[in-house]
This record gives sequence, structure tokens and C-alpha cells, in this order.
Amino acid sequence: MLFGIEWDTSTSWAFAWSILPILLRGMVVTIQASLLGFFVALGLGLLLASLKGVPLKIIAWPAAFITEFLRDTPLLIQLFFLYYVLPDYGIVLPAFLTGALALGVQYSAYTAEVYRAGIQAVPRGQKEAARALNLSERLTFIHVILPQAVVRIVPAMGNYLVSIMKDVPVLSVVTVLEMLNVAKIIGDRTFNYLIPLTMVGALYLLLTLVAAWGVRVLDTRLPKRGIPLK
Amino acid sequence: MEWTRYIDPLLQGCWVTIELTVYSTILGTLLAFGAGMGKLSHNPLIKALSVTYIEVFRGTSLLVQLFWLYFALPLLGELIGLDLRFHPVTVGVLALGLNIGAYGAEVVRGAVQSVPRTQYEAAKALNFTRTQTLWRIALPQALPEMMPPFGNLAVQNLKDTALVSLISLGDLAFRAEQLRNLTQDSTTIYTMVLFMYFGMALVLAALMGLLERHVGRWRHRRR
Repeated sequence: MLFGIEWDTSTSWAFAWSILPILLRGMVVTIQASLLGFFVALGLGLLLASLKGVPLKIIAWPAAFITEFLRDTPLLIQLFFLYYVLPDYGIVLPAFLTGALALGVQYSAYTAEVYRAGIQAVPRGQKEAARALNLSERLTFIHVILPQAVVRIVPAMGNYLVSIMKDVPVLSVVTVLEMLNVAKIIGDRTFNYLIPLTMVGALYLLLTLVAAWGVRVLDTRLPKRGIPLK
Repeated sequence: MEWTRYIDPLLQGCWVTIELTVYSTILGTLLAFGAGMGKLSHNPLIKALSVTYIEVFRGTSLLVQLFWLYFALPLLGELIGLDLRFHPVTVGVLALGLNIGAYGAEVVRGAVQSVPRTQYEAAKALNFTRTQTLWRIALPQALPEMMPPFGNLAVQNLKDTALVSLISLGDLAFRAEQLRNLTQDSTTIYTMVLFMYFGMALVLAALMGLLERHVGRWRHRRR
């Protein structure tokens, strides 16, 4: 029994059918953690990308180092670091929040790169034209660069959301009850790992296919020339 | 100094991590070429097989794959009367290789497809056989295209090896967890481990950079 739902071990099909609602509970946690981690990554990545763009080397260089460091170290270790080290400094977070934070920290290195690449991909001529029209640097960024960069940034971010979903099972090590952890617990208690773990695989396939399809639709729907911010 | 006592056990873990990375990257490369070329094959069976492999392993989580191979596969073996229990090292290498191979397959496919059509047409006009076209025309041009994403995948693979500690393999992440249980000195240990992974990733990236120069050297010779 898990989440107050009993399983029925009489036949394989009955077992699979009875644990489906339990796994779906886990899936909800998986999606929640992905979304929260995604938003942290969006914010932290923007911060890192902005700091990297500062002309002052004393700010830009450490930001570049941190980005590289976060990209090159495993999510699992970053998660353990946050989970065990933060409480030593008086910051006690629930496992779910620590996990989402770790996802966000790891992926901020990737989203920072997406922001930078998206802004750099806007043709130089656009900036030059804005200058010729006497637009201030701030207005150029808000009304010329950003609207054109957004259409390149959004689909790339969508792909990282899908990647984050696939990394959520790592949070099971700090006792977050996401889909894989739920399946593992069912397996531990019934000695049947084959059915729950196979179902998790299938549910993951479904989840990522739907998400990837969503990203593709978003990509085709976005106006190629940019989104005006007014 | 307290932290120097951690160096030895952690370096032992590093060695296991390096071994796992090397083996699984080799396995992944083989699978990437197999499935990547398979996806471009005209044989519908080979194509379907490659596409299924790529979609399943890219569409599910690595940890799910690892747990499935470790916990579920032996039970499946029992069901069909085969002994499918493997050593954790085998399971780890298999899961990492299968996972990274699926990502690599898309890189291989993309690079081979990026070779201009006219190159194939010219090869045909010069009476090259299919094998000759592949080895002498397509691959020399496709390989340098594959190298930058392969470099990223290799580093990704190194980071992913940390997950095998969850099936009780004594890699760097596992050693760190052991030491933490023993000493409770989590700040020092995890800081050291983060920098060790960072160092290994930098070395790996540099090696992949050298390899990239090596496979692209013919381009510079001509100019």
C-alpha cells in the first residue's frame, strides 16, 4: 500500500492496473519538480548570462567560471552538496525544494548559454539600424534585440524542460517521491520490479513524447520575425 | 590537515569513474554509428530497429534505464528461463553506453546528412562503390562535424557515471557518500568531489579537442 492505495497481486495485469494510479501520483511530483526546477534555471541562467555580459572582467570572469563549473559537475553531486551542506549553514529546505533547486542550478549553466546564443543570433545590422535611428541602448535591447531573440530562445528552453524531466529521478536519492522512487518502493515491497519499472519507462516515453511534440508545435507557431513587446 | 585523509579513497573512486567513462563512451560510440547509419538505411527492418532504439533511450531517463537493467532484467530473465543477472559494472557500462549511444546516433545521422548531395552524386559519377563512398567520401567529411557534439556528449557521459553509485558501484560519487557517512564532514568532501569531477571534465574536453583536430586535419592540409 502506498498513498493509501492497495495493490492487487493476483495477476500481472491486475497488478499493473492497480499500481497505475500510484505511479501517476509520482508523475505529478515529477512534473511539479521539473517545472519548479525549470523556472529556477530560467531565472538563475538569466542572471549568469547577464553577469557574463558585463564589460567589467572582475564580474564577467567569475560568472563564466561558475557557469563552466556548474555545467561540468554531476547533478547528483550538486544535489548532495545542497542537501547536506546547506543545513550546516542554517538553511533547512524540504527535500523536494532542495531537489528542484539542484535541477535549477545545474540547468542554469545551460539556459545561460541559450540566452547568450539567442541574443547573439540577432543580425548585427539590426543593432546598427537601431543606432542609425538614434534609439538608446536600452530601447534597442527591449524593442529590437529581445523580440527577435525570444523566438530563438523559447524552443531551446523547451528542449531543456524535457531534459530536466528526465533528470528528476535523480531526486529519488534524497527521498523525493517522484515516479521512479514510487516504482522502486513498490518493487521493494512486492519483489516485482519488472512491471513497475517497465511501466515507469513507458510513462516516461509518453511524457517526453508529448512534451517534445508541444515544443515542436510552439516552434512552428512562433512568428519567425519576432514577437513585439508592446 | 583533515582533508588530505580523503584524497586516497577519493582518487580510488576517480579511477573507477574514469574506467566507466572510457568503456561506456566506446560502447556508446559504436552504438551511435550503428544506429545513426541504421536510421539512414534503406532496409525498413534496420531502420525501424534503429529508430526504436534511439527513441526509447532518448525518451526515458538514464536512471530508469539503469534501474531497469539492474532490478527488472534479471526478473525478465527468470520469466523466459535465462540468467540475465550481470555484475553491476556490466550493468553500469551497458546503461551508460546505451543511453549516450542513442544521443550520439542523432549526431551521426545529422552529420552524415549534412554532407552535400553533390558529393554522393560525384562519387557515383566516378564509379565509387557504396562502401567506398561511405568510407572515402561521406565519413571523412562527416566526422569533423560530429566532433564538437561528441565532445559535449563525452562530458555528459562522465557526469552521468555518478548515477552508477546508486547500484552500489564504487565510483567517485559512491566513495564520497561512504566518507560522508563515516565523517559527517560533508562540506569538505563534496567540495573536493565537485572539483575532481570538474578537473576530469576539463581533461576529457581537452582530449576530445585534440581528437577533433586529428579527424579534421585533412581540411587544413588542402588549404
